[in-house]
Order: sequence, then structure tokens, then C-alpha cells
Amino acid sequence: MKRDRLRHGFVPGMAALVFCVVAGVASAAPLQDKGSAAKPHAADAPERQFAVPTPPFTPGIFPCSECHKEMKPNPTRRTLTEEHTNIVLNHAQGQRWCLDCHDISNRDKLRLVSGEKIGFGESFRLCGQCHGDKYRDWKVGVHGKRTGMWNGEKQYLLCVHCHNPHDPRYKPIPPMPPPTRPENVK
Amino acid sequence: MPNRESRDNPAFRMSRRKMMKGVAAVLGALALPDKDASASVWESFFQKNFREMSKPELEKVLARLEKEYSKTYGKAVKVRATPHIEGVSYGYGLDLSRCIGCRRCVYGCVQENNQSRDPQIHYIRVLQLDKERGVDLEHAEHYYNPSKVPEKGHFYMPVQCHQCENPPCVKVCPVQATWKERDGIVVVDYNWCIGCRYCIAACPYGARHFNWKKAGLPAAEMNPETHYLGNRPRPVGVVEKCTFCIQRVRNTPGRYPACVEVCPVGARKFGNLLDPESEIRYIIENKRVFILKEDLNTRPKFYYFYAT
Repeated sequence: MKRDRLRHGFVPGMAALVFCVVAGVASAAPLQDKGSAAKPHAADAPERQFAVPTPPFTPGIFPCSECHKEMKPNPTRRTLTEEHTNIVLNHAQGQRWCLDCHDISNRDKLRLVSGEKIGFGESFRLCGQCHGDKYRDWKVGVHGKRTGMWNGEKQYLLCVHCHNPHDPRYKPIPPMPPPTRPENVK
Repeated sequence: MPNRESRDNPAFRMSRRKMMKGVAAVLGALALPDKDASASVWESFFQKNFREMSKPELEKVLARLEKEYSKTYGKAVKVRATPHIEGVSYGYGLDLSRCIGCRRCVYGCVQENNQSRDPQIHYIRVLQLDKERGVDLEHAEHYYNPSKVPEKGHFYMPVQCHQCENPPCVKVCPVQATWKERDGIVVVDYNWCIGCRYCIAACPYGARHFNWKKAGLPAAEMNPETHYLGNRPRPVGVVEKCTFCIQRVRNTPGRYPACVEVCPVGARKFGNLLDPESEIRYIIENKRVFILKEDLNTRPKFYYFYAT
């Protein structure tokens, strides 16, 4: 009885999750095709599916169009020397540059390989194009940190909350103090 | 001779048996709390084992403890005895390929569970292991303290209570002060524990800890949301252990344990083993999982895994 109540309590959330898992596992079929089913696909409304916080932008940098609207887009692959020089690409740098992920015409959007433009809030779809295994694990809450209620509402983090997209390896952090050694116990 | 007369008088005659009875009675009375002791000391002295208490008895005990703790720590302390959720058996996953050994979990746990800061009690011990050797406990180091973690060539394995399905610590308790709950959490009744520490010796994971001294728990840092079988303040001379944050996880909806919540890399996973949709079931079904000291047949519900 109690269990029934518990299950009903989070059926909507779980249903969404289950759907994602199914979609993820059956990824042999392109994601877009699955969207044509009666139920909207996770990829169509990711913010609703995955409660993610806002992306960790450098303060004042977004919206990008603020500065970029004045500029003429230059699609030539080059090393940036005037702006964004702090960004050092350490993420398959030989195979890509800015405009492979950032959209050339709408600077406030990211760009999937399919040409689809997505907001920064669903950047996990962009990452998931290459890191499909991690994306699949992330959706079920196994890759990455998920907080909230173990039997209820859960919060996700975006990939970019832990991994700098331009240099994704997790950076070492200082450890908390070690336990007291027995000989130092008074 | 008046003395002789009085000794012969049947009213004063003291047999050896009578004498021993008297001595026993006096000693017994001395073992009882002082006559000036407060009512709560008397009540706790005669308190039953948690599992034998009726509902009204339990409520009385909880009220007494709340009053006691609230007075000691100067804030409204809540002591609950939330029962298990039907159809739930807790399981824990720890991703060895993610853990960076930062020990955030150790201190997150201390804060949540009101452990003694000094003398120090940690439920979680993070072992630093060599990648070359693999899980080789004889070469594990838990006092590592570099400026940054993870260090090259090492991986990290936090160890805490494994909430065994076949817990050796429960088996050895001479007074049944510790037992496995229906949801799989192994708990201690701190009021029933006699402090013999057999369980500490029996546990193959080093997961049980003894209160040698009065807990050094600053009132400001005391977490007032407590559970009778979990993080309520512990008296001197009893054993304590990880309870998967029983005060959190037994609610509907219930928060994740503190160590899961605090882990910066998301290496810690928690869920219901009986729910096929839970993340812990996904891990067991899809990842490479291993159990620490599996050969001891303790059948832990704590699963180490490699997500990559």
C-alpha cells in the first residue's frame, strides 16, 4: 500500500526518465525519428526533462550577441588574437574550432552537427553527440552528480558545471585534512 | 553477658544466608542511579530495547531525549523514529573511476551525523591505492595529504559501513543492541549498547566506531534533525556507525545521504535495490561492479563500480 503511494508520487518524473533511458539505449535509431511519436521526445524539451541549473557563464559574457551583433562573422579557421585569448582549446583541438560548436549566425546558440541550434541550457545534447555513453549514463543519473530526493524530484548538473568545455579534464582540488593518527590522539 | 543474650535472641540472629542476601541487596541498590538523579536518568536506566518498546513507550522516550538534547545544545532538537518504507532495500554505489579522494564525504558525514569532532570519529575512511597494484588493502594509505588530489598513479576507495545482508557485527552482539532493519540498514540502539566492542572486532570493513570520551560536538554545529537509530547525540561508551543517513532516507520523498550530496564528482550513487528503475539497479545491471571482501559472504549492499 505504502509502496503504491510512493510509486505514484513520482510516476511523471520516472516515466520521463524511463523514456530517456529507452531512447538512449535504442540510439541506433536517430533521436529525431523517435520524436515523431505521440509523446514528445526528451530531446525536444530537455529543460523540462532534466532539471538543470543555468550554465556557469563567466559573469557578463552572456548574451554573446551583445558584442557580436556589431561584428561581421568570419568563418575562417584561425587562432583568436584579440578577444577570448584566455580560452585555450584542449579538447580535440586538432579536429575542431569555435564554430563547430558555436553557431555562426546566432551567437547566443550552440550548434549540433545536424545544424540544429540549441540554447546553452541544453548543451548536454551537444556533448552527447560524441560522448554518447556518458550522455546515456548522465540521463539515468549515473554519470555526474545528481542531487535532490532519492525517491522523488532530482536535480541534474550540466556537463559544463564540472567540465570546462574547452578543457574538459576534471581539475585536481585540495583534499580535506586526513584523519588524526592514533599516536596523536590525546 | 548482655551481648551473648542478644545474639541468642531469635530476633537478632543473623544466618550466613541472610547476611549474603543483605549484602546483595545493598550492592544492587548502589548500582542503581543516585536517589538525587533526575527522573530522566531513572527512566533511561529502565528503558527497554528499541525493538521491544510499545508505541506509547517509544513516544515517551523520544520526548525525553528531545528535552534532554534541546537543553544540552540550546536549540530545538527533533528525535524521530521514522520506520522503514515498505518495499525498499537501500543500495549504495561508488564509482571508483570517478572518486578523486578529496574527503568531502568524510566531513559532510561528520556534520550531518553529529559525530564527535574531538576525539575524532569518521564513518568514512578514504583509502589511497596504487593503480599498479589495484585493490590491495595491505598497501592502502589513508593519511595521504598532498596539496591536490587526485595524484598521478593512484586511485581512491572510500570505505564505510557496507550494510551487509549477513552482518557479522550483528551476529556477535551479546545483548542484541544492534540489528538489521527491514530496509537493510544496520542500526545500533545507543541506549542498549553495553560497549563491549565485539562488533568492532567482527566488522571486516572497520566501519564501527567507539565513543571513548564524551563527544566533542559544538552546539552550533549540531544537526537538530535526528533519528533515534541514527544521528542523535551518542553517550560515552557506545558504538556508532554509518546508517545511510537514516534520518534523511526514510522520508517520502527522502533526501540523498549527505555523502552523496556533497561528493563534487558525483561518484556516489544511492537508491532502492527493489526498484528496477533506480540508478543503483542500472549500475548493477550495466556496469562492472565489485564487492569488497566478497569472499567473507557478508553480502554487502555497497557496490563499487567502474562507470567507464
